[in-house]
Amino acid sequence: MSLTLEQVQKIARLARIEISETEAGTTRDHLNGIFQLIEQMQAVDTRGVEPMAHAQEQSQRLRDDIVSEPDCRAACLAIAPETEAGLYLVPKVIE
Amino acid sequence: MKWEVVIGIETHAQLATVSKIFSGAATAFGAEPNTQASVVDLALPGVLPVLNRKAVDCAIRFGLAVGAKVAEKSVFARKNYFYPDLPKGYQISQFELPVVQGGGLTVQVGGGDAAYEKTIRLTRAHLEEDAGKSLHEDFHGKSGIDLNRAGTPLLEIVSEPDMRSSDEAVAYARALHGLVRWIGICDGNMQEGSFRCDANVSVRPVGQAAFGTRREIKNLNSFRFLKEAIDYEVQWQINEIEEGRAIAQATVLFDPDRGETRMMRSKEDAHDYRYFPDPDLLPLVIGADWLERVRGELPELPQQKRERFQRELGLSAYDAATLTASQEVAAYFEATVAVAGAAQAKPCANWVMVDLAARLNKEGRDIANAPVQPAQLGGLIQRIADNTLSNNIAKKVFEALWNGEGATADAVIEQQGLRQITDSGAIEALVDEVLAANPGNVAEFRAGKEKAFNALVGQVMKAAKGKANPQQVNALLKKKLAG
Repeated sequence: MSLTLEQVQKIARLARIEISETEAGTTRDHLNGIFQLIEQMQAVDTRGVEPMAHAQEQSQRLRDDIVSEPDCRAACLAIAPETEAGLYLVPKVIE
Repeated sequence: MKWEVVIGIETHAQLATVSKIFSGAATAFGAEPNTQASVVDLALPGVLPVLNRKAVDCAIRFGLAVGAKVAEKSVFARKNYFYPDLPKGYQISQFELPVVQGGGLTVQVGGGDAAYEKTIRLTRAHLEEDAGKSLHEDFHGKSGIDLNRAGTPLLEIVSEPDMRSSDEAVAYARALHGLVRWIGICDGNMQEGSFRCDANVSVRPVGQAAFGTRREIKNLNSFRFLKEAIDYEVQWQINEIEEGRAIAQATVLFDPDRGETRMMRSKEDAHDYRYFPDPDLLPLVIGADWLERVRGELPELPQQKRERFQRELGLSAYDAATLTASQEVAAYFEATVAVAGAAQAKPCANWVMVDLAARLNKEGRDIANAPVQPAQLGGLIQRIADNTLSNNIAKKVFEALWNGEGATADAVIEQQGLRQITDSGAIEALVDEVLAANPGNVAEFRAGKEKAFNALVGQVMKAAKGKANPQQVNALLKKKLAG
């Protein structure tokens, strides 16, 4: 499998990364290199092997349903670029 | 052309935990903006999610209640998209291995003779986190972000496309809403967004096996809007197809003011979420012992109670369904029957569903705060059963109990002299009096006017101040007029 320049641009857009046309070409070559490695791995017969969800053979630890985090609004708002009325302000977004 | 409607519903139920799914911040509704957003919810660098046990408990309860498979092992995944109310740039959700798999919900559709039962299959239910809220009011051309809701635990419940009308969709949504409240996993407050529905709607010619192209209606937060939105959408899709235009897959929003759905995004703009297992979270393992403990804590479920009401108390499917709409209603009804006796189950059902419900509705009260207790209502129904009260007078006694004029029906009957007159000698005297005083009605009845009979009954009841036993009055009047 190899990627087209168009697919590289789409992936960049989804990841919100701006790339130039030259960069897109280099990136395509890098990604295609990775795909070759993946192809090698996919050639391995994995029938009967359970897909691995995590590198560690452990299960998720759980916490009790208790409110343990105090209000940190003042400290968090203080490091934000722009705030008003207790809200974080961001460039207007309406879908 | 005859069209068939196909509907599937996705529901987001906020789980009844006090803290968030992956952090120890509070989940209370209506707090000052951003006062319940911890560093985990804000996605500051270096923070890690730790799963809330109670949220998993809720998912297990739901899975068991709908007869689904509760996965021994399920996996959290990252759903990637960019929006300011999602600080991490991804939502932690479940994708390939959800915690609840399959199951079904049996619902009552419609009422009266047209009512029928249908089982809607569930695809899955998975745990995930809610996003924050964007406020688009005027902040100098900017949007305001409140992250209090970010990280609130959600159970997303996905149905199969098994519904064939907006009525079935509403019946399903209502039953699901009733169930999540019944088993205590969600407060069901739709105004506050605790229970939100998305409807996937398509149409196809009757008899066609393949589904038509669907459009998804987002964020319907009332049963009325769910019905209106689906009805509008179905008509719109049929018109489009009949005018030769194909339906394009899209996400739409319902505008309740205009009663229309309108396009939010087309398939070309559809999100590409690039799910992958979240490396910050290990697989969730639910052992048999955990499952059995939750099973032991589950109350009798609405479906089981409904069947028992029909089997043991002889109620109709409709009555049984109405009386199991919530734990509170069911408990009230059962406590009433416990006093009045199982033989009076049907009158008990009628009093709870009609008289009590109407009175509660009028005052905007919950059944849990009804001024008339089940024991009082049960006592009242006993007095109707043993002929101490006619139905009409019973309504007066009910009103008196409601207003606190007596502690029991018996006390009200004694204080206000409402005992029904069943002494046939006394009733006969009243009947004779009325017949003598109304020769006109008597003549009319004998000439074949049935209405005149009712007028005479009315006169006797009036003379008895409403207290004469109506059946006895009828029988005696008939006998006298015939003789």
